[in-house]
Amino acid sequence: MTFEAIVEECRARLARPPGEVAATWKAEHPGGRAIGCFPVYTPLELIHAAGALPLAVAGGGTTVELTHADSRFQSFVCSIAKTTLELGFQGRLAGLDGVLFHSICDVARNLSSVMRRNFPDLFVEYLHLPQNTASEAAVDYLEAEYRRLLARLEGLVGHPVTDDDLARSILAHNWRRGLLRRLYAFRAQAPHLLSLAECALLTRAAGAMPVESYGPLLEAALVALGAREGRLKDRVRVVVEGAFCEQPPLGLLEVIEEAGCYVLDDDLMTGWRWFTEDVPVDGAPLRALAEAYRDRSEYSSIRHDWRKPKAQGLLEKVRRAGADAVLFLPAKFCEPALFDYVLYREALEREGIPHLVVEFEEKQWTFERTRNEIETFVESLLFD
Amino acid sequence: MAEAAKATQAVKGEHGYHGNVHERSKALMEAWAAESARRARTGEPSATIMISGNCVEILRAFDIHPLFPEVSALQMAIRKQSLPLILKAEQVGYSSDNCAYVKADIGYLLSGGYGPEGTLPRPALVLCNYVGRNVYVKWFEHLAEFTKAPLYVLDIPFLREARPSPDDVAYVVRQLREVIALCEGITGKRFDIDRLREILAYSARAEEGWVRAKELCKAHPAPFDAYFDSINMMGPINVLRGTRECAEFFDAAVPEYEGMVARGEGPLPEERFRTVVEGPPPYPYYRSFRNLFAKWGAVAVQSTYSTVGGIWEFGFRHDPERPLESIAEQMLVQNLTNRSLLDRYGQIRAYVEGWRADALVIHSIKSCRLFSAGQGDMREYFTKELGVPTLLVESDLEDPRYYAEAQMRNRIDAFFEALEHKKVMGR
Repeated sequence: MTFEAIVEECRARLARPPGEVAATWKAEHPGGRAIGCFPVYTPLELIHAAGALPLAVAGGGTTVELTHADSRFQSFVCSIAKTTLELGFQGRLAGLDGVLFHSICDVARNLSSVMRRNFPDLFVEYLHLPQNTASEAAVDYLEAEYRRLLARLEGLVGHPVTDDDLARSILAHNWRRGLLRRLYAFRAQAPHLLSLAECALLTRAAGAMPVESYGPLLEAALVALGAREGRLKDRVRVVVEGAFCEQPPLGLLEVIEEAGCYVLDDDLMTGWRWFTEDVPVDGAPLRALAEAYRDRSEYSSIRHDWRKPKAQGLLEKVRRAGADAVLFLPAKFCEPALFDYVLYREALEREGIPHLVVEFEEKQWTFERTRNEIETFVESLLFD
Repeated sequence: MAEAAKATQAVKGEHGYHGNVHERSKALMEAWAAESARRARTGEPSATIMISGNCVEILRAFDIHPLFPEVSALQMAIRKQSLPLILKAEQVGYSSDNCAYVKADIGYLLSGGYGPEGTLPRPALVLCNYVGRNVYVKWFEHLAEFTKAPLYVLDIPFLREARPSPDDVAYVVRQLREVIALCEGITGKRFDIDRLREILAYSARAEEGWVRAKELCKAHPAPFDAYFDSINMMGPINVLRGTRECAEFFDAAVPEYEGMVARGEGPLPEERFRTVVEGPPPYPYYRSFRNLFAKWGAVAVQSTYSTVGGIWEFGFRHDPERPLESIAEQMLVQNLTNRSLLDRYGQIRAYVEGWRADALVIHSIKSCRLFSAGQGDMREYFTKELGVPTLLVESDLEDPRYYAEAQMRNRIDAFFEALEHKKVMGR
């Protein structure tokens, strides 16, 4: 398969709503269960070890018209909450047995309640990930929380899950995350050979298919990428920050590069990449996952680690990538991203690193104003 | 015409909003503010903490003065001082879509409000009790960054099942011990469990009074408005809980309200509609908003906002015999913000039924998505599934730019006209 064909395969898979993907998979796996994972981070290993299929449930983008959900959530609530609910109202989550939420923001928290009330047959679970990772108690707590979730999943699938099952799942997802790290490392070195939109499609596909078939697809993509050729242009090299939950439309990602940027790193779909290195498999698996969450997670607006400010994480990312600037891409009304921008901005200005804020909505379909803003930003840097 | 005359009379009845409880509450809150200002000058230790399900009793056990940025922010709004502070915060990068409570507080900080020249001390500790609302974490992270004070985030697992698990309780208690160690370091004092027990006994006494006062609103007419007048009790129960003054405040408030019930007195000349109100009030237009209901003789007999700090109506009290465990229980279970939206539906339903309300009023505010996100679904549930007439209006609790008086009046008038019609037809 050519690289382009692989990207198109990802695009085609992402065009199908999660309920449909789940139904197809369940037809091929009688008795199987499928669980939707609302952003950002889900311990996929627990779902996988239970023999269920984890799928990303992250809004409907431009594919869904709001007919019911906007009467449940106000105009000042982010789009992803509304389109996710709308997918449910339109039956496009049918096929999923459950949806997992966790403590990313106040809207997601309330969305989990609204989903539970409106879809009483759906298994809706809420995971509280610790926000005091500096405390010695956090790992014990998280291990217990994972045990609680696992017990709920065992109840859903109807059989116990062993440590061996979990270890195998950790290995499978280590493999997937390792491949994604290689993809990102490739782009950081050769952004002219892998566009932001292509990278996003390849990454998003992780949430739309089983790890067993995603891994080989991504391996093939990496091989095909190695044969790509191209000429590096004179562009501004940026890190994209702030789009960790609701995902920007592909058209916007294309515009960023057309306007004169190379994106060396980003936090798109960060929850499906999450760990900076492999989760160990030589100890108790739930403990290992809990410790990895504390000690091996990428910094994120939805994970607070008082041992290291997030702004420091961003500065390190910029330096590691050798980026010239930061492009903030918060989703409209996304409070975690909008709050963090203040501290990020302070740190970047202290370090003399240029930055630009471009708010987006997943349902956005015209980008001319954004193109103009980014072009102006790029010109101010290139011709300064 | 008769209706209009009655409405005018109702508005004139504003004198009923005040009284001894209001005056005593005001005096206590002024004394707290004066102590804050004094500590700003002397440098004696203080700590910022959130209202929702907090562990203020531990700070008191070390004589650490508690600062409540939410209370400071609402006071700025009610005095109509919030907008310039919000704008100041927006100048340093806060979005117009960020919580305006945070912006007003940070704007105040950036204007020199915290520190020796201001009215609030620079905290010795930024203690974030993360109780359900993610914005708390962001707010206190920013406070710590701007004040350079040490930050401790007391992470409270969200109430995911009917009861918290033993692991949830153990996690919170272990963190409370870490907070105690921090306080020992700040003050140089050894932790005294007996002192904490004394403080918790004061808390429990005040909570008992709070509950008795709110129970009295089951009377017809209710002796006070459990939304607008609750603020007189919310100050003491939240800001001063654990002090003798707070316990005595409630010791005095309850008989006053009992007397009103015995005499058949309420806050308005006539109680024509009994409501339950959900959501915080628009503080920049507090009186104006209140009068839109008063003119219809609408009295809130219960409110969810008054339970942000703690839900005591259903039996919980701080327990001196289980000091840290009962503090943990309150933080985990017995406050509005750490419970799910569906738990809130249940709480409101209990209020509507137990306090025999005619309607539910939802004031949806942009600033606080914890409160507001999904309130359309709440309206759907109460109107369609329970048949409770429900009004949903929108503005903000801090930012005056989101309050549209004419639109608000139209919606409220239309709602009560329909409710009145229904009442008449039902006779």
